[in-house]
Amino acid sequence: MQLRDVARILEAEVLTGEDKLDLTVEAGCGCDLISDMLAFTKERMIVLTGLVSPQIIRAAEMVDLVAIVFVRGKRPTPDIIELSNELGLPIMCTHYPLYESAGLLFTAGLPGWRHWPRAVGGAKDAP
Amino acid sequence: MRLEYHVVGRDFQAAGGAAAKIKRTLRQIGIDAETARRVGIVAYEAEMNIVIHAYRGTVGIDILPERVNIYADDEGPGISDIALAMQVGYSTAPEDIREMGFGAGLGLPNMKRYSDELEVESQVGSGTSIRAVINLPTKEGS
Repeated sequence: MQLRDVARILEAEVLTGEDKLDLTVEAGCGCDLISDMLAFTKERMIVLTGLVSPQIIRAAEMVDLVAIVFVRGKRPTPDIIELSNELGLPIMCTHYPLYESAGLLFTAGLPGWRHWPRAVGGAKDAP
Repeated sequence: MRLEYHVVGRDFQAAGGAAAKIKRTLRQIGIDAETARRVGIVAYEAEMNIVIHAYRGTVGIDILPERVNIYADDEGPGISDIALAMQVGYSTAPEDIREMGFGAGLGLPNMKRYSDELEVESQVGSGTSIRAVINLPTKEGS
């Protein structure tokens, strides 16, 4: 699906990267810990998180994520928005909690890491 | 070609900046995206280990024709049981650090996961040295 579908399904407010909503998203991951995100995501994925920290954006840059979605109505601070703008990383926020956000996207056809064929043979020992 | 950055313990504002510069430089000089991502993740985890646990240190890479060597050396408390620290889920990160999203107990395991070789040497009360190797893809195989 495209990033604009993610925004529509989650009724999300797009804070940065409005010009990148036609990017393709191939899988999703929900996590609130930085190292989990580094371990279980790859490029062309989005991460749903309740962790509002500039380090989420730094980590997203390391794995070439397509976008970050902040859940539970959490709003990133201005420094996070500024860093995302600098990196050209789309970020959005939704009022849905993590579990429901993931469920909505999964039901709409966005798989998780394990169901994403391209992830097979990616990082060693994926869960 | 060598890149080296100074890292300051507990400086969460600058944290991750060295790894970001390393990854960007690799892409700029034409290293493939997958290798740059793996080096970036290993360098990021090494940098964050210094920020979280040590007083100060350096993170750097040497880019060679067939591989990238990543190194991280710090002055800090050291690791008393490296085998334990390598276990998934084991973390000594304090509570205030965990609230920032760290302390998953995946720092060293992630470095091992994304590198081809990893060596960790540590002296309690002195510091920790990490050496990782990531092989560049062979022309035929990529």
